[in-house]
Amino acid sequence: MGGLSSALGSIWDWINYTFDPLCGPVGLFRLLATDTLVGCGDTGWGDEIAFGVKVTISLALATLPVGLALGFLIALARQSGEWSLRAATGVYTTIFRGLPELLTLFIVYFGFQILVQSVLTWLGIDQRVEINAFVAGMIALSVVFSSYASEVLLSAFQAIPRGQYEAGSAVGLSRRKTMWLIIVPQLIRIALPGLSNLWLVLLKDTALVSVIGLADIVRQTGVAARVTKEAFMFYGIACLLYLVLATVSSIGLNAIARWANRAEASR
Amino acid sequence: MTHALEMIPARPAPPVKASRINLARVAGYGILTLWAVLGLALVWYLASSWDPAKIERYGWRYLDGLATTLMLTFGSITLGALLSLPVTFARMARNPILNTIAYAYVYVFRSTPMLLQIFLIYYGLGSFRPQIEAIGLWWFFREAWYCALFAMTLNTAAYQAEILRGAIQSVPRGQTEGAKSLGLPTSITFWKIILPQALIVALRPYGNEIIFMIKGSAVVAVVTVLDLMGQTRYAFSRTFDYQTYLWAAIFYLAIVEALRHAWGAIEARLTRHLKR
Repeated sequence: MGGLSSALGSIWDWINYTFDPLCGPVGLFRLLATDTLVGCGDTGWGDEIAFGVKVTISLALATLPVGLALGFLIALARQSGEWSLRAATGVYTTIFRGLPELLTLFIVYFGFQILVQSVLTWLGIDQRVEINAFVAGMIALSVVFSSYASEVLLSAFQAIPRGQYEAGSAVGLSRRKTMWLIIVPQLIRIALPGLSNLWLVLLKDTALVSVIGLADIVRQTGVAARVTKEAFMFYGIACLLYLVLATVSSIGLNAIARWANRAEASR
Repeated sequence: MTHALEMIPARPAPPVKASRINLARVAGYGILTLWAVLGLALVWYLASSWDPAKIERYGWRYLDGLATTLMLTFGSITLGALLSLPVTFARMARNPILNTIAYAYVYVFRSTPMLLQIFLIYYGLGSFRPQIEAIGLWWFFREAWYCALFAMTLNTAAYQAEILRGAIQSVPRGQTEGAKSLGLPTSITFWKIILPQALIVALRPYGNEIIFMIKGSAVVAVVTVLDLMGQTRYAFSRTFDYQTYLWAAIFYLAIVEALRHAWGAIEARLTRHLKR
């Protein structure tokens, strides 16, 4: 088992190194800026920044499924016939769409820390705990993402005619099957533009996590800027990296939109 | 072979057996109870940790921070609105050079985080201190407050330019043609016919933009501006008291909700001639 996991680990390391667009064998920094401040290795900041890019991307990618799933459930609850469920989820979206993302992050980060600490003290364990910044960031960003996503999905739900549900039950599909086979495929197509916007917003919001000390793009370039006194260059690099991430994701999202609308296009 | 001689008489549908307890209801009441408990816990926590000394020391700081937040937000929204006009015209211009510059500006500022833009202006421009001193603008870029205002203005101008462009392009071409056939000059066509109709369309996105700026302005606390968030972090760093963040949350929620409802009322008032 240990051998297998270490083998998998080394394969992962190899993939991570080979396909690294910044510091891999054919990486941008390695090819163009070997002996400068952004070179890879011990002398330059290239590998630190490359690590930050990976952290930013993985935080956004880890937040997305959680936020989408939560948002879908909230959108379902927002249109249920039960008033209490509508009111309860309404409170949720009002709160988390009204709070600044930075404040949500602090409330989650310090709140969990204090909560865990007091539970431990109550159990009689005297130990300092540190909440993982990645997890805190993921929770805060998922909560914010889900409350916006629920609005997008809710309006997409309202764009689907009732006849679709009725047709589903007319051919004898259960409610669950109607949802998965009839409603969700149409929902994805209608909600995709709104969700694409939210993804780009999420990508930018990950920058906030640098404030609680997670080593993302902003944090890593900030450390480099402070050490080398080349603030403009390093923050400029960070801006360029975000631009590249946004451009790459909008290309990807356009491809997904084309795929989702493939039935429409032929008409 | 048998066949029915007479139809079965029509019967009313069986009564729907709606159970009083279903999953949705249980979940709904459960979550509502949770919210009520959390709300009561918040009130209890704030009441039990009410400390007149702290309130006296930090209370006015919060109000000061609130004023700073509102000033930054409305200052940047106003300046951004002014700046967004030329950007919008450049964006809609036929001249490819102007068009590309405006598009690049909007694209860059909309796809990078505002935190990074503030860093780039506040810390980054420090690299060019001699040059900035030479043109006599160092007093401006030395102050975190001005830098935050500048960055927020540039940021919101990019967003507002897109809002305005979308709204102007949503006005049908027939309106321009109608004005032309009446012999109205271009400027009157724009100010009296196109812009009023466009602003009605832009009303809701503008409201959202103001709310986004209020929320986004919290990041200026990171570059030492003492806005509401900055005062909160200051108070927290002095007291390590969690209630500081809860008070900030209450303040932010109150402003955003008040603004949202006020904007809704303004919108309902301004679009009353469009109601069917």
